[in-house]
Amino acid sequence: MAAMLEVQGVSKSFGGVVANQAISLDVEAGKIIGLIGPNGSGKTTLFSSVVGYHPIDGGSIKYKGREISKLRVPQIARLGLIRTFQQTRIYGGMTCVQNMVISRSMRTVSFTSLFQRQSGEGVERAEELLEFVGLYQKRQLLAGDLSFGQQKLLEFAMALINEPDMLMLDEPTAGINPTLINGLIDRLKRANAEFGITLFVIEHNMRVIMNLAEHIYCLAHGELLAQGRPEEIQNNSQVIDAYLGAH
Amino acid sequence: MRAKRVNTISPAKLIFYGVIVVAGFLAPYLLPSYQVQMTELWLFVVFALTWDLVGGQMGYNSFGNVVFVGVGVYACAVIQVGLFYDVGAYTAARGGGTEFTFDAVQFVTGLAFGLPAAAVLAALAAVVLGSAVLGLRGHYFAICTLGLGIAAGEIAAGWDWLGGGSGMTTPEAPRTLGDIGKLLYYLAFGLAAATFAVIAWLLRSRFGLAINAIRDDEDKAEAMGLYTTRIKVTAWVIAAVFLGVAGGLYGNLKTFIDPIDVAFSGATIGVWMVLMAILGGKGTLWGPVIGAVVFQITKELFWTYLLGWQRVALGVMIVLIVVFFPEGIMGWLRERFPERFGHRVDERMARETAGGGSQ
Repeated sequence: MAAMLEVQGVSKSFGGVVANQAISLDVEAGKIIGLIGPNGSGKTTLFSSVVGYHPIDGGSIKYKGREISKLRVPQIARLGLIRTFQQTRIYGGMTCVQNMVISRSMRTVSFTSLFQRQSGEGVERAEELLEFVGLYQKRQLLAGDLSFGQQKLLEFAMALINEPDMLMLDEPTAGINPTLINGLIDRLKRANAEFGITLFVIEHNMRVIMNLAEHIYCLAHGELLAQGRPEEIQNNSQVIDAYLGAH
Repeated sequence: MRAKRVNTISPAKLIFYGVIVVAGFLAPYLLPSYQVQMTELWLFVVFALTWDLVGGQMGYNSFGNVVFVGVGVYACAVIQVGLFYDVGAYTAARGGGTEFTFDAVQFVTGLAFGLPAAAVLAALAAVVLGSAVLGLRGHYFAICTLGLGIAAGEIAAGWDWLGGGSGMTTPEAPRTLGDIGKLLYYLAFGLAAATFAVIAWLLRSRFGLAINAIRDDEDKAEAMGLYTTRIKVTAWVIAAVFLGVAGGLYGNLKTFIDPIDVAFSGATIGVWMVLMAILGGKGTLWGPVIGAVVFQITKELFWTYLLGWQRVALGVMIVLIVVFFPEGIMGWLRERFPERFGHRVDERMARETAGGGSQ
């Protein structure tokens, strides 16, 4: 079976800096796949390339068998491929519920539906998902007034209400209170199991990613260094060297 | 808990709106000597509301909205004249005199076709200009629109068919029609009411949330799949439609169209519309309305009591507003009385309805 996301030999340079060098990887439908690597190894650049944030220098990116490397960000998003940001991005001047309502998918509806009145059903779904991430009590607060960790949870909920087929999360646990991390891992797994969302996760917290992912890719210096099941990655000497700076 | 209905209107609100409508209808009879100023006020309300839709709600600070006013001013006047006479001959004769007279039917027909034409042409201008410049962000957009306003004025000043730099007079109403000022007043009042209603409705729809999302983080909105370009252009087009009609009325109110001092007047209404929105409170529904009222009253007081120094006084006022009221009247009220605005710190509601929060 073809993978949901197929990245083939993708390269990306910024001036003289090679951020991604001929990277190939697959994300199969229904799985949770991890992406790790030391700082500056090109993880976020790869994410940005996939969702069309910048053009790639070479290679191909296929989503559900369709070439998407030439599409623009909103077009890719409407195909059901959504990413969240490392530096959390929410709509600070709007309440949590409003953030959720406007994040509902534009896939199945037309542009003109924007002019219909806000449906009670949409608000209910928004509140359900805010409850799912534990923000129900804060739903009428301005999103900009939430703490960083809460904004991260809100961004996750916004991605969920968009009903993507695949969700790319850039460091979902960074900046989140350690006691909440277990709850978040649980929610990520439930999003995968209950909502059927394929997850592709960048993570620095090894405990989290080893717990979460079925298969892990490791980048270093813009190249794919290793891949395998969590325990294989944990014992891979190249990966350990990359993290401890033996390069 | 059931989700609250979003669109209900309370009786208190209905009464409030009713009072405003009645006052608006009676105003020309109660204060007949201020009819022109009040007509101008309703047009200012339209200017401020439409500026705020794009500048306040969507975060695209435009100094070029005056382009749509100017397009409306000229489009309406050209149709009013052009339906019955040759426009070139009319402007060459410097606005009529005895050759170019309009009877009651002609005058009313001219307005009836001129105002919609103003709306359509202004909307077309917004589609073309919007597609070109709404890709720019922040300061770049602001500077670019500033240039558009100036360029449009220069084009009009160089276009002899429209009277060029010497301007153009709007058709003189026949005596049989009586006080044409009253007609203009009620048209302006109706336009302001319609603008308010449409914008209030837009802000309650998902479209309103979408433009707020673009204001807060446009990259995020794109990443979530919103049709950002189309939404931005649509917002500007909606603003332009009302600005075009307002322009048509504004030209007739002034009776003489100078290309740079009336039609494409970036230095007066172009700046004033921004100022009124900021004074009242950017990004709020009522802010621009309140701002327009306060501004027009202050401006008229300056012109009456500080004649000679009126522009200095206005300049000082602009500085004071920007320094001391950056959030405007509504913004200041929101800071002082957060509970009146619903979505601020709301502990009580949180505890009452704490359903399944798992923190």
